[in-house]
Amino acid sequence: MSALFGQFLGGLTTAMFLFLIASGLSLVFGVMRVLNFAHGSFYMIGAYLAWQAVQWLRPLFGNFWLAVLAAALGVALLGAIVERLLLRHLYGREELYQLLFTYALVLILGDAVKAAWGTQQLSVSTPPILVVGLDVFGATLPSYNLFIILIGPAIAVAVWLILTRTTAGRMVRAAALDREMLGALGANVGLIYTGMFVVSSFLAGLSGALVTPIQSIVPGMDVSIIVDAFIVVVIGGLGSFWGTFWGSVIYGQVLSFGILIFPGFSLFSVFALMAVILIVRPWGLFGRPLR
Amino acid sequence: MMPRGGTLLRRIPWTLVVFLAALIVPWLGSRYDTLIATLIAIDALFAVSLNLLLGTTGLVSFGHVAYFGIGAYICGILMKTYGVAFTLALPAAALGTAAFALVFGFFCVRLIRIYFAMLTLAFSQIIWAICYKWNDVTGGDQGLPNVPYPDFDWLSSVPWFGDLRVDDQFYLLTIVIVALSLAAMQRIIGSPFGRMLTTIRENPERAAFIGVNVRAYELAAFVVAGGFAGIAGALFGISSRGVFSDFVYWPKSAEVMIMTILGGMEHFWGPVVGAATLVLLNDEITSYTEYWPLVLGIILLVLLFVFPGGIVGGLVAGVRRLRRRAGRRAGA
Repeated sequence: MSALFGQFLGGLTTAMFLFLIASGLSLVFGVMRVLNFAHGSFYMIGAYLAWQAVQWLRPLFGNFWLAVLAAALGVALLGAIVERLLLRHLYGREELYQLLFTYALVLILGDAVKAAWGTQQLSVSTPPILVVGLDVFGATLPSYNLFIILIGPAIAVAVWLILTRTTAGRMVRAAALDREMLGALGANVGLIYTGMFVVSSFLAGLSGALVTPIQSIVPGMDVSIIVDAFIVVVIGGLGSFWGTFWGSVIYGQVLSFGILIFPGFSLFSVFALMAVILIVRPWGLFGRPLR
Repeated sequence: MMPRGGTLLRRIPWTLVVFLAALIVPWLGSRYDTLIATLIAIDALFAVSLNLLLGTTGLVSFGHVAYFGIGAYICGILMKTYGVAFTLALPAAALGTAAFALVFGFFCVRLIRIYFAMLTLAFSQIIWAICYKWNDVTGGDQGLPNVPYPDFDWLSSVPWFGDLRVDDQFYLLTIVIVALSLAAMQRIIGSPFGRMLTTIRENPERAAFIGVNVRAYELAAFVVAGGFAGIAGALFGISSRGVFSDFVYWPKSAEVMIMTILGGMEHFWGPVVGAATLVLLNDEITSYTEYWPLVLGIILLVLLFVFPGGIVGGLVAGVRRLRRRAGRRAGA
């Protein structure tokens, strides 16, 4: 029983990590209809910046959290530059060009990371407060994982509150529904788009920074994570924020229990799940049918 | 009045010239030149097959590499594991790949635009996961090394061809297969079926309105494109002496898309030009620096922001402008 529960917690940790990454992807797609391949690159840069900041901040107390914040802010700044300088010129164009633009970023940022930090593995040690193991109903859970399991829903609720309860959130939802009408009503749609992209980049940088204590930092982590994040978004339904949340929960559990059922084929079980969902409901679990 | 130079240039059958020039590479160039030329031919076929979806039908497939990979695996497994002859393995690869494209395409064409792109990407990753994990059949992460060359013994008594190296002989075979495939695709695009695909690209609603089954046409295009990508993959598996799961990894889908756009997707020969340019550039640049992806990314940015029509699109626009200027001068 406790073994199964441990498996469940492991799946939940994976799920919440994926949610942190996929949430930004989902927000940008939902509002701007841009499928951002470079989201994985932002995640990777977040991890590298966190490592760099930890090196620089070593003499300071509590440096890990400062490093995480610095990394997320750094990636947000990068996102702002990319959106303002380049991406905004492509909004009216076909999806193909937007897709390829974000892929060009993947190529460029991937090599930039290699040039800056080399190709060897880097790692960051877990902050001392969160190294202890916790006993949860007989299963041992590293407290860092518990922290991740808690921060996922916290961010989900925060984003949801912002989207539904604030003026800025209303604007964002309006922009997702009808960009022209919102512009005609006098809102600065360009600014909303920039803001959305910056928030999304911030989330990518944050998740990249937070993953450093439990995963080594290597080039190539961008290309492998982005497809997982896509799958989560597709399962949940493109453009649906809560769909992304539940999509990542399902992904994490299927991956985690898939290992028990088909050892060696857990990756396949996730893809099979996605295929089934897309065949039955092509618009995803929480998405709306599209025309 | 047309300037004389224009008519003369027009009278040359360029396709035939390029084909003949490609055929003599083994006698003129080094072994390395043949290798590069093989790559160009295979990538050209792969890119043209993608363009049947991208340029002709207006379907953004981000998972075209799946069909390239399936073709490579089917041909590789048949030839290596079961010792099937190439003359049977290649058609089997083409048909098998088309069958996969039929199944996946059936679900993909129900979606439109970006959703279509996502689902094609998703299916290609499913294929990748299977190829990467199914050790018994695909060799898993080790891949299938040492796929044999087709049997060329019958060529040994033929003068000129008999004393060529086996990779040169395979190159000639590749050129012939690629030329036949390209000719077939050109016929398909020029046929009433192909015209209808272009109509669907231009206005799917109107096509549906005049009674065309848009999804069926899109699915047919998907299957044809998949089959030809399978042929390209089968050839690639043999020429690279093995089939590996990297062949099916998603960045390769982006790469072939870049080739297509770089050449220009509005023209039949655009992807061929794009494939040749990219292979040659890659060869040139990787000899100076390891940062080829960086260079490719910058090329892609320039392409997207400055030359969205690609090389052929840019050339055609340039020629048209020159001709208009010449016409104005003649008229004045």
